[in-house]
Amino acid sequence: MENIKMPARRDFLKSSAAVSGGLTLGFYLPSASKAAEAQAVTHSPNAWVKIGTDNAVTIMCARSEMGQDVYTSLAMLIAEELEVDVNKVKIEFAPPAEAYINALLGGQLTGGSTSVRDAWEKLRKAGASARMMLVAAAAEKWNAKPSECKAVGGAVTGPGGKRATYGQLAEAAAKMEVPKDVPLKPTSEWKQVGNVKQKRLDTPAKVAGTAVFGIDVRVPDMLYAAVAMPPMIGGKVESFNDERAKNMPGVKAVVQFSRGVAVVADSYWQAKKAKDLLEVTWDAGPNANNDMRKVWGGLKEASNQAGAVFREAGDADGALKDAAQVYEATYELPFLSHSPMEPMNTVAHVRADGATIITPTQFQQLVPFVVAGATGLKPEQINVITTFLGGGFGRRVEVDYTIDAAEISKAVGAPVKLVWSREDDMTHDSYRPGGLYKVAMGVDAAGKLIAYRYHGTSPSISSRLFPSIVKDGVDPFSVEAIDNFPYAVVNHKLTYQMHDAGITPGYWRGVSHNQNCYVVEGFIDEVAAALGKDPIQFRIDNFEYGQEKHKWSGLSAGVAVGGRMKKVLEDVRGKSGWGSKLSGEGKGRGVAVMEGYNTVMAAVVEVTVSKNYDVQVDKVTYSIDAGPLIHPDQARAQVESCTIYGMSAALYGEITVKNGGVEQMNFDQYRVVRMNESPKVLDVHWIAAGKDQAPGGLGEPATAVVTAAIGNAIYAATGVRVRRLPFTPENIKAFADPRHTMKPKSV
Amino acid sequence: MLISFNLNGKQANTDVAPDTPLLWVLRDTLGMTGTKFGCGKALCGACTVHLNGQAVRSCQTPIGSVAGQKVTTIEGLAANHAVKKAWVALDVPQCGYCQPGQMMQAAALLANVKSPSDSDIDAWMSGNICRCGTYPRIRAAIKAAAKA
Repeated sequence: MENIKMPARRDFLKSSAAVSGGLTLGFYLPSASKAAEAQAVTHSPNAWVKIGTDNAVTIMCARSEMGQDVYTSLAMLIAEELEVDVNKVKIEFAPPAEAYINALLGGQLTGGSTSVRDAWEKLRKAGASARMMLVAAAAEKWNAKPSECKAVGGAVTGPGGKRATYGQLAEAAAKMEVPKDVPLKPTSEWKQVGNVKQKRLDTPAKVAGTAVFGIDVRVPDMLYAAVAMPPMIGGKVESFNDERAKNMPGVKAVVQFSRGVAVVADSYWQAKKAKDLLEVTWDAGPNANNDMRKVWGGLKEASNQAGAVFREAGDADGALKDAAQVYEATYELPFLSHSPMEPMNTVAHVRADGATIITPTQFQQLVPFVVAGATGLKPEQINVITTFLGGGFGRRVEVDYTIDAAEISKAVGAPVKLVWSREDDMTHDSYRPGGLYKVAMGVDAAGKLIAYRYHGTSPSISSRLFPSIVKDGVDPFSVEAIDNFPYAVVNHKLTYQMHDAGITPGYWRGVSHNQNCYVVEGFIDEVAAALGKDPIQFRIDNFEYGQEKHKWSGLSAGVAVGGRMKKVLEDVRGKSGWGSKLSGEGKGRGVAVMEGYNTVMAAVVEVTVSKNYDVQVDKVTYSIDAGPLIHPDQARAQVESCTIYGMSAALYGEITVKNGGVEQMNFDQYRVVRMNESPKVLDVHWIAAGKDQAPGGLGEPATAVVTAAIGNAIYAATGVRVRRLPFTPENIKAFADPRHTMKPKSV
Repeated sequence: MLISFNLNGKQANTDVAPDTPLLWVLRDTLGMTGTKFGCGKALCGACTVHLNGQAVRSCQTPIGSVAGQKVTTIEGLAANHAVKKAWVALDVPQCGYCQPGQMMQAAALLANVKSPSDSDIDAWMSGNICRCGTYPRIRAAIKAAAKA
């Protein structure tokens, strides 16, 4: 990744020239292949909006639609200011291009709950700018002032009842100067943004079964590839025997590629059946003997190192020595798989003069570069088309399967659809890193928190994918939801130790918010209980209410948010029925609060824990301060989604390795939440947006918050603090042992 | 081997090995890609279709066993079917990948149980995984479809 040069940033709304039949706005590269040419010549359709002379309006969707609703919500922002009905526009997925770079991530990349945050002002301005150019064209045509003309419903009206449609104005509008000052509508004039009745624009196709995911792509003369990949992480092909495989019906070729052997056939099933007959000898590589004893042994040993300090104030170690009471805990978090429902796949057609890659990716900008590396072509010769994604969750930020498909297509000289089996997918994921987290809190004789120590040890994802953002031993994507530790403890020292455990680490929905929210919120709950305080009131009494800027707040609010946290906690206290008695055995209620992605949310979870320690989540209540909601129903859907994705991990999720390879192969070994385990009550309450408040991200944070709240609810129900995830009966039983009960260490 | 069956009310003919799963015949041979591949082991329900009106996992249904039978896929479930209408009304899909299987399973449920309770829904729908977590909306949509 460090070798990839991102194009220079430039003003996305660039002056541009007319293209016959359409309005040109901004800077648009049909593909990386046209990059050089397009920089010199600006004859092109526009970056965000295309208007046909037939009045058809097309809005470009520059983020990958993986369920989180960018397809509709981003278009709503443009349509609001463009004065078109979003239900009447066509949406197209944008190719890789400079105009589409996500300013919060520095690449054309969908992730980090940034899509709406990045688009919020940018896309409304894109719509407004296009509208102003259309109005200017109409004014010129009618020899009127722009202020005498008005854009409404895809047309401009002017003095004396004049009217022209956008289609009639598009060509002239494209010749208008791009306005420099683009005022936006006040929120009171929004007709579309915030519309609670707006439906998803992709629902009809998804219900009809006609939405095209990567795995559904068909191109002429396409062959299908099934692959054998090393069962151990980091393994390689040593040799293989394809005698039986290559004689199977339909098989066109058996080819070796960088990390495996592919069978290419007329259909997937033929390829898969033949692949099962391959005899491959593997070079097991550096992790040959890795297993969980080694993984945890290594993490424990690494955790004895001092680590890198990423936030510090006062003298935490000294204050811990002086404290009247010290509480300590160690938390263990497992590795997790993404397991989106659509297994990895890509259609690649590598030719001598270029390549077409059709792929369900979260990172289309990277694809031309890695395919160039794999094929010897130049990035500008590679055309990338993004499809709908059958789930992403961070897995499709990786482009490994795209490289594989390109190598295989090149080797056989034909368009190839590579399809992974579920087993390929689960054993060749990049995994949410496990880790070990040691925390301590010192309390003075009056019960005041005076010292906090946090020491996290885990594999660093960014060291593998984006090493340039790892500074002084700290990966910003390892310290989320802890770099913004919200409690006022005058002496604190927060450290991080990275450690490679031989299990490829990857960005997983919510990334390190998940580990750190569980550690922070689980521990503060323990301290509150030890001090005999109400969990909600204790938090409110101990937030930092200042406005100090944190050092590592990459995607967070960047300032202390104690006031916002207090607000959501007070709200959820009322909305959840906190403090009321729960009837029935084994029931408990737990709370957690977090700021992530500039969204502040609190959750109260009710659980029932059986005598055998089976956990059922009965009810989840959220109060969320996420600023203005663009598409409210789907903002809510993201919270529902995070809840259940988080629950799968919290209750069941654990990836383990043996002999260097992942042991879990399919959903029978990697259990996820199903209908019967889904909470029957899931309430979401929104805090009204403040004036000029920008939206927060919603695609991820609840995943972390629900996990911590479940842990605290299990404590309320059973008196057991479970410091090892997942919350399986085995782990709860282990922590029910009285030796695990936290007692203040006498000093 | 030439195998004929009724697909969404029309005769379909295919010449593939009889052990080929119905799923891959639909997707690769017949180009009907609405039916999805999720796990290949009948663990996730993404490939659910109707065989003679009953929900089956097409990844575990050899095409040889389908000869002369009646198969309905998501493409053949009427656009005005109560399930499809409820799915649209409640905006159930997120990524949408598992939804054809969910809808086929839900349609089979409603064909067998006119007014399903929560426990009926749990029992019928728990074989269908959704990683986006649309279960609360699926539950609500099934109840809405039952009332339609």
